[in-house]
Amino acid sequence: MASMTQESQGSKKIFHYAPGSLLSVADLSVADVSAILTVTTRLEQMPHAQRVALLAGRRIALLFYESSTRTRTSFELAAKSLGATTTLVSDKSSSIEKGESLKDTGLTLRALGAECVILRHPSSGAPFVLARETGLPVLNAGDGMHEHPSQALLDARTMLMRLPGRNAAKANAKSLDGVTVVITGDILHSRVARSNALLLPQLGAKVLLCGPEQLLPETALGLGSGVEIVRDFDAALRRSQVAMMLRIQKERLAGLELDLADYIARYQLNGERLAAQAPDALVMHPGPMIRGLEIAGDVADGPNSAIELQVSNGLSVRSALLLRALNAGGFESVTV
Amino acid sequence: MSGILILNGRVIDPANGLDEARDLLLCDGKIAAIEKPGSLKNAEVAETIDASGLVVAPGLVDVHVHLREPGQTYKETIATGTAAAAAGGFTTVVAMPNTIPVNDSVAGLEWMLAPERGSVVKLFAMPAATMGSMGATLTDFAALHKAGAVGFTDDGKPILEDAIMREALVAAARLGVPVSQHAEDTHLTGGCSMNYGTVAFRLGLRGMTVEAESRIVERDIRLLQEIENSEGLRPHLHVQHVSTGRALDAIREAKAQGLHVTCEAAPHHFTLTDEAIGDYDTNAKMNPPLRAEVDRQAVLAGLADGTVDCIATDHAPHAAHEKEQEFERAPNGITGLETALGLALRVLHRGQGLSLSKILALMSAAPAGIVSLSGRGSLSVGSFADIVIFDPAASWSFAAKQSRSKSKNTPFDGAPMLGRVHATISEGRIVFRQ
Repeated sequence: MASMTQESQGSKKIFHYAPGSLLSVADLSVADVSAILTVTTRLEQMPHAQRVALLAGRRIALLFYESSTRTRTSFELAAKSLGATTTLVSDKSSSIEKGESLKDTGLTLRALGAECVILRHPSSGAPFVLARETGLPVLNAGDGMHEHPSQALLDARTMLMRLPGRNAAKANAKSLDGVTVVITGDILHSRVARSNALLLPQLGAKVLLCGPEQLLPETALGLGSGVEIVRDFDAALRRSQVAMMLRIQKERLAGLELDLADYIARYQLNGERLAAQAPDALVMHPGPMIRGLEIAGDVADGPNSAIELQVSNGLSVRSALLLRALNAGGFESVTV
Repeated sequence: MSGILILNGRVIDPANGLDEARDLLLCDGKIAAIEKPGSLKNAEVAETIDASGLVVAPGLVDVHVHLREPGQTYKETIATGTAAAAAGGFTTVVAMPNTIPVNDSVAGLEWMLAPERGSVVKLFAMPAATMGSMGATLTDFAALHKAGAVGFTDDGKPILEDAIMREALVAAARLGVPVSQHAEDTHLTGGCSMNYGTVAFRLGLRGMTVEAESRIVERDIRLLQEIENSEGLRPHLHVQHVSTGRALDAIREAKAQGLHVTCEAAPHHFTLTDEAIGDYDTNAKMNPPLRAEVDRQAVLAGLADGTVDCIATDHAPHAAHEKEQEFERAPNGITGLETALGLALRVLHRGQGLSLSKILALMSAAPAGIVSLSGRGSLSVGSFADIVIFDPAASWSFAAKQSRSKSKNTPFDGAPMLGRVHATISEGRIVFRQ
C-alpha cells in the first residue's frame, strides 16, 4: 500500500490514490490535461526505437469485466508500443468466473508484478475500489454508467486537431473557447457523456446535452455549470460546432419504454439534418455505432466525421496515460 | 451490601419533566430513590459514582438494531452488538428479525432472548410479521406476543401487499403492539444503490426516489384509516428510519388526523447527505439511502416539531470483506450504536439548539413508549435501574477500530462527536465504564 494513505476529515474520508491513477476526469487539472496532450504529441513524433524503450520491462495488466474492442485494443497496443509487457484478464476466462472478488483479483495481479491496472468494469466506481485496495495506479477504462476519462481526453484532442485555430499539443482553460459541443442520445447510461461534460467545460467549451427525458433526466444538470440541457436536437445542433452522437444502450434500458422510430425522427444525425442545421459541424461518436439508429451511415463516413481520428487518437492518448501512470520515461521529461 | 449511589449529577428525566441536581440510589436492579443532593449520602452501597459535571439520564432505548445472530455471527453476535450498545449508552435494544433463519417462530424468539446469548443490556425483539419475511403469510402474532414480541416487522423489506399489511395491522392492534414498517416500494427501487438525484447521476448509480418511501407510508396510513373506520380498532403503524420530507409530511398529516402513527429517524439521516458517498464509499451505503440536503433538513424539522417520535440507529453491521466491494454489490447498512448520542448532541443539541431533555426523550422515553416497555425509559422510583451517565460537553472523535461491535462499517470513523458516555448501568449492573 505504498502510495495510498487515508485521512479522516470529520465524517468524510479522503483517499489519496497512487499518482498517475486516472479514475475520473474530475481528478485532472487543466495543467494535467495539458501535460498529457503534450506528451501525446511528443510520443507520436518519437522514433520507434526510443519509444519502445520507455516502458521496456514494465508490466501492465488489463482487467476487463466487459467486452470492448477500441478501448482494450488501443490500451494494449499503446502499452506494447512503449515496450511494456501486458496481460489481459477477462471475466470470462479467469477466477472472476469462480467468484473471486475485485479486491482479490487486484491483489493477485499486484503479487504477479503488475505495476498498473487498466480496468473496464460494469459497476460504477469499481476503479476506486481497485485503486484503494491495491495501492496501484489504476486507469479507468470505463466503469458502469460513471466515466470513461481516457475517451474524454482523446475526444478533446480530436476537437483540438480538427477545429480551426486550435492547438492539440497543449491545453489551457481557453483552448475550446467559443466551441459548443452537443452530446446527443443516451446520456443517462453514458460514461462518455459524463466524462466529456466534466472535461470540455474545463477547456472553455459549452456542452449541450440533448435527448428525451428517459435518457436525459434533469439531474444531469448537476454535472456542472458548463452544461445545459436542450431537448430540441435541431435547435441544439444549430448552436454547435461539434456533434457527438451516442449509442442507445439497449442492454441498460431495463424497463424504459423507447419508441425507436420516434427517436430516430427526433434525434438521429443524418445528412439532411446536418446540412440544414450545422453543415460545418464536426461529427463524433465514441463507438460502437449503430448505423441507421443514432447516426446515418453517410454522416459517419462523410467529410465532417472525425470518428476514425478519435480511434487513432485513442492509441496516442492512452500511450501518454500509461507513461504517466508508470512515471517512466519519465513522463515529465517527455514533456520537455 | 449492594446497590449503587450516583451523586452530584445533573439528572435529566424527560418522562418526569426533571432537569435538576439529584442523587440516585439503585438497589436490586431498580431505582430506589432519587433525592436532592446530599440526602442519600449515608446509604450503604457497594459503589458510589461521583457524577459531578455529568448528566445522569435514563438508559437509551433503541427500537431498531440488527444483531445478526443467529446466522451471521461473523458480522455481530448478540453479545458483541449489545456490548456496543452499552458503550453507546443504550440499556435496551430491540432486535430486528432478518437473521438467518428469520425470527418468525416462538422457538426462534425464545432462543434469541435466552440468557445464554449473553446480552449485555436488556434485549427485546420484533419477530417477522410474515413467515420468512416473505410477505405472504402472517406469523403467529398471538403466540409470539406471549413469548415477548414487542411488535412485528419484516424489516429489511416492506410488507408490500395491501391485504397482508392490513391483516398485520389488525392482528397487531388486537395485541396492542405496533407493526414496524420498512417503507420502500421495491417496485421502484430495483437496481438502485443510493438516493436519486444529481449526485447519483454524477456517480452513474441508479437512485431511489423519495416516492419509493412516501408511497408505502401513504398506503399504510390509508390502511390505518380504513381499519379504524371499519373494524373499530386502533392500529399502530411505526414507520422506520424516515428519510424524506415527503414521507414526513404524510406522517404529520396522519398525526393531525388522530391516527396512531409513530416514526423514527436515524442519526446518519440527520447528519449526512448523499454527498458523503464521495468516491463510492460503501460505508455511506444504507437503505433508505442518505438523501439530499432538503430531505436532511426535513428530518431535522420533523425532530424539532415532534413529527419524528424517536431516534433509532438501524445498527447494521457488515464484515469488512462485504463492504470492500463495488458500490452496487456491497450490502446496505452501517453500525450506529456507539455514535448515536455523540451525533445527536453534536447535530441536534449544538447545531439545532434542541434541549438535552428533548434529545434524551427522543432516545429513551419516546422509544420505550412506542414499544410499551413498562419500567424503562424513565427514572421513576421503582423503574429498572437503567442509567446512562455522560459528559454533555466532551468533544471527541469516534475511532471505528475501537468499536465494541464486531464490524467497523461506519461513515463516522474519525468524525467529531459531542457528549461522551462515562458509564452505562443496565438493571443496576455497570455494563460499560469509560
